[in-house]
Amino acid sequence: MTYYHLSHLQQLESEAIFIMREVAAQFERPALLFSGGKDSIVLVRLAQKAFSPARIPFPLLHIDTGHNFPETLEFRDKLVEDIGARLVVKLVQDTIDQGRAVEEKGVNASRNALQTVTLLDALEELQIEAALGGARRDEEKARAKERFFSHRDEFGQWDPKNQRPELWNLFNGYKQMGEHFRVFPLSNWTEMDVWQYIAKENLDIPSIYFSHDREVIDRSGTLLANTEYVTVQPNETVETRRVRFRTVGDMTCTGAVESEASSLSDIIQEVAAARQTERGTRADDKRSETAMEDRKKQGYF
Amino acid sequence: MTKEVTYENMDLLRFTTAGSVDDGKSTLIGRLLYDSKAIFEDQLDAIEKSSEMRGDENVNLALLTDGLKAEREQGITIDVAYRYFATPRRKFIIADTPGHIQYTRNMVTGASTADLAIILIDARKGVIEQTCRHAFIASLLKIEHLVVCVNKMDLVDYKESVFDEIVEAFSAFASRLHVSDIKFIPISALHGDNVVDKSDKMPWYQGASLLFTLETAYIGSDANHVDARFPIQWVIRPQSKEHHDFRGFAGRIAAGVFKPGDEVIALPSGFTSRVKDVRTFEGPLEEAFHPMSVTITLEDEIDISRGDMLAKPNNIPEIGQDIELMICWFSEKKLQPRGKYLIKHTSRDAKCLVKEIRYKVDINTLHKIESDLEVSLNDIARIQIRTTQPLFYDSYNKNRNTGSVILIDEFTHNTVAAGMII
Repeated sequence: MTYYHLSHLQQLESEAIFIMREVAAQFERPALLFSGGKDSIVLVRLAQKAFSPARIPFPLLHIDTGHNFPETLEFRDKLVEDIGARLVVKLVQDTIDQGRAVEEKGVNASRNALQTVTLLDALEELQIEAALGGARRDEEKARAKERFFSHRDEFGQWDPKNQRPELWNLFNGYKQMGEHFRVFPLSNWTEMDVWQYIAKENLDIPSIYFSHDREVIDRSGTLLANTEYVTVQPNETVETRRVRFRTVGDMTCTGAVESEASSLSDIIQEVAAARQTERGTRADDKRSETAMEDRKKQGYF
Repeated sequence: MTKEVTYENMDLLRFTTAGSVDDGKSTLIGRLLYDSKAIFEDQLDAIEKSSEMRGDENVNLALLTDGLKAEREQGITIDVAYRYFATPRRKFIIADTPGHIQYTRNMVTGASTADLAIILIDARKGVIEQTCRHAFIASLLKIEHLVVCVNKMDLVDYKESVFDEIVEAFSAFASRLHVSDIKFIPISALHGDNVVDKSDKMPWYQGASLLFTLETAYIGSDANHVDARFPIQWVIRPQSKEHHDFRGFAGRIAAGVFKPGDEVIALPSGFTSRVKDVRTFEGPLEEAFHPMSVTITLEDEIDISRGDMLAKPNNIPEIGQDIELMICWFSEKKLQPRGKYLIKHTSRDAKCLVKEIRYKVDINTLHKIESDLEVSLNDIARIQIRTTQPLFYDSYNKNRNTGSVILIDEFTHNTVAAGMII
């Protein structure tokens, strides 16, 4: 007798493709939030798989803070061209110039929180009903409570205490005018799953994920890249170290880790041995114990 | 047949944990996560710090799962929390659900996707009402495998007689349920006895540790590979030069196997055709089975759209509009007799009318209640509905995917009930 069996990665893939198709079917105007990070790269591959041989039936939306690593943007443009997807870019700078958001001040100023304003404006302007994101439940404690289909009210806010229960594979995408959904097909994936999938599918990723020499500043344990957006403090020194990034965010708040991992299999070994979460390098999560929950309630990714 | 397990071919077990307040559920999960290295140093640092700030005596592992501000403030779990860990044999998804009576809805939610349920019993308290409730919900949601952990054995001097009494009491209750596989394990989550490794404190216990039980539970035969069902999610029409005439039906196989050449019937139209190919992004497949997401093309052009279903002509699902359901009610607003609700079933959306409320179930005693038919939050009830369009369904006991529905409030759009077709 044949033994019908799927490995856990195949099961996660099948689940994510199912979610993608539900989104296309249940919403008139979805979009895929693309950051150039590894999770959104996996998301794009899953979207290709879900609708093949047709093209992805919705645009990719990038909220560009203006503080992205140049390697990420280069990567983004190449990927979009390769797969023939439609890309919409919205700039945080425009939001600031319009006076709809005010730049943070101080040493650790970041545009991380400002992105939310640009994102919500973009969703409203483009009348996006469902925004697909690459967030995973294993990333952060508030994200552990997320639904696959996460309802947002007319202000784009998340009400974590009052979420719709999600049962079996029945996803309730009904909503009122002006409300929208965030949808997370990778909810059940772990960081390890994402890396294994990237290796299995042989996906390209931005070069900053791999080990390279870079000038960094050690700011209370976080290794920040020395760029024009980070001001070196009097007690800080700039030094060149061999590093890589575990997540791709803004240059102002994404820390590097010292690493020699120069291939996918090196990275996988490093992740397997890691004793720190990937977001352990994110200064934006360290602002308070509930930094992520607070931002998510406002409408963050 | 032994095959080396690598990350690529590891399989997946989804389980749910249910227990009452203070029976050590968080400690148990914390231990599983910690011993399998799924807890990272910065997470541990963070909860150590907040435990200290809160004045907790020990590191409060519950803070790992209680992620929301309100949960941390009140020291309770409000919502289902999903946790992930892996051993070299298997990947695990835990749906950790709070056990208080008012959270039946969370237990039902967590159980809906679980292959196995862990039920925790405090060795000092034995089988209590909540234990019965958890076991009943597990059986109602058709979880085939129960692992009953008798916890806090350290507090009863690791006595075999205490364990035996609980096994007997639980078995007596469980004989009224439909669960095929029940295992009992005496543990101490706090000290780690029989959690990851076999304990030397209970030489009288001949069985396996909890982790070994989870790693080896055989779930391969739980899926239905007999009754082929393919609900159409989305029709793929590339409208490109290269694929000008391509018309593929995308979906996730709900049960059974599909392969090229199979004769299929489309519901509701009743037209038959043959499978031309079953494909994915990677290309055509020899066959596909549950739970694969695939695209099926047919030899003939027949009209099929989302909400329709492909099956085999000699094995079709029930087709009907008058449907009997067991429901769990999720809303603070009571079920309206003769009320109208939106209903979701596989990829089909319809409306339904509640025709009759037959009885409620007392989830502690399993008795039918026919005198009071008011269905409120967390109630379990049997009802009859009539749908605006026919559904193509199987009984929930035969197939979880084609036997489950959710009811949605027409105005608030909240999911108000989970339903299992009888």
